[in-house]
Amino acid sequence: MPTGLHNFFHTFFDLHQIADVFPSLLSDGLLNTLEISALAIVFGTTIGMTLATFLVSRRWYLRAPARVYVDIFRGLPIIVTVMMIGLGLPIAGLRVFGRNSYPYAILALALVSGAYMSEIFRSGIQSVDRGQMEAARSLGLSYLGAMRRVIVPQGVRRVLPALTNQFVAMVKDSSLVYLLGLLASQRELFSIAKDTTFQTGNLSALTAAGLVYLAITIPLTHTVNLLDRRMREGGAVRLADGATAAAPSLQLLGTQEGR
Amino acid sequence: MSVSLETSVEVPAVAVVDLWKRFGEHTVLRGVNLQVDRGKTVCLIGASGSGKSTLLRCMNLLEQPTSGSVILDGLDITGRDVDIDTVRSHIGMVFQQFNLFPHMTVLRNITLALREVRGFNKVDAEEIARAKLADVGLTAYVKHRPGQLSGGQQQRVAIARSLAMEPKVMLFDEPTSALDPELVKGVLDIMRQLALRDMTMVVVTHEMGFAREVADHVAFLDEGVLIEQGPPSAVFERPRSDRLRSFLSQVL
Repeated sequence: MPTGLHNFFHTFFDLHQIADVFPSLLSDGLLNTLEISALAIVFGTTIGMTLATFLVSRRWYLRAPARVYVDIFRGLPIIVTVMMIGLGLPIAGLRVFGRNSYPYAILALALVSGAYMSEIFRSGIQSVDRGQMEAARSLGLSYLGAMRRVIVPQGVRRVLPALTNQFVAMVKDSSLVYLLGLLASQRELFSIAKDTTFQTGNLSALTAAGLVYLAITIPLTHTVNLLDRRMREGGAVRLADGATAAAPSLQLLGTQEGR
Repeated sequence: MSVSLETSVEVPAVAVVDLWKRFGEHTVLRGVNLQVDRGKTVCLIGASGSGKSTLLRCMNLLEQPTSGSVILDGLDITGRDVDIDTVRSHIGMVFQQFNLFPHMTVLRNITLALREVRGFNKVDAEEIARAKLADVGLTAYVKHRPGQLSGGQQQRVAIARSLAMEPKVMLFDEPTSALDPELVKGVLDIMRQLALRDMTMVVVTHEMGFAREVADHVAFLDEGVLIEQGPPSAVFERPRSDRLRSFLSQVL
């Protein structure tokens, strides 16, 4: 093997290094990464959905602040927001979450993803035919009731693929928590890999972390895509009720694909 | 259903009084007066753009009138402190495009408002829904999605959805205009039965045969003005205005 190529493989794919770092990636890093990203997704989705209802409101005093919020958090580099929140708040004396870096990082990620998701939800909501709102209101449902039961469930379905991007971004951006300083037990995938790399002078640990990231993000993408396809075909999954109805029978799926 | 509905016979189900509607510069309704008596069927006819759909949509305030009032059972629903959601729950509305909720089963389309608005529990709501589906001949389709139904079937579900709320009046906005010709009859048959069962109905329609046969009262609108109204025999056989004569000559 030529030296150049050998160096390349040694730097990125040293199997011993990868094998050495894998246990701690899986035992600590994976769980910590999942914890940060899952919570950021949950809170971000909540923020995004709330903002979206403000963005489509006819009342300017709901719309305007939501618009400003979205413009700011979508316009700032995410690394700036993470540092502003995670370092800034404690320095300013607002130690709302004590000295633990995690909640600050989760808050920052949720604020940013909320801004992105609100625009995704807004476009979904606005793509629902006007007649749906009219029919729901004609039956006596309130505006919010119609939104909750009729408009939002349909809007969300249409934007699932776009939401996936956002979920994947959260998993990746959870690595930014390292900026805020972590205890050894708090290190997530990237921090573990980075620390190992600094100790060994070899980047194979990063390769290992990258593989674990892919092991999260690729199944995530495909799960949401599957959900998306299911809902398009049979509409079997009922987001509106928070309950999952029985999957459509194979026969039913077959006839629908044939149409 | 409740005692409060047994209002005196003299109060019409719906009265529209000097109703005006402007969209910006454009005036769609110009001082319309119309009375819909209890148990009667009123058909609104006129060319497209004459304002008949807008008039209908003002009756449950899907359009907010610019001025004038809509009085339902003696209550001015254009008043400021009216709970419009409650009022609307007593007015059925059937749309040209059906507007069923595509993400719900047929059954759920009907039970949604029964549960959310009327507060029925699941079992009772589904019992009512099944009974109404039987009325429109679609009991076999409870678990289907609207997208799996023909246009005619969808419209019948939409009618059942409205009927389930036991409305005081049913509004129909060109209910057969989006249907393939062979599906029109099924929907009109159901409306005919409703009329026979003394449902109070206001129907915007281009189906002159239906208006002539089923309506108790026909009102002709032209450019936002209610030009002529009366029993179908008078309106169709002895039109007094040139506008109505020329309209009828085009559609009959």
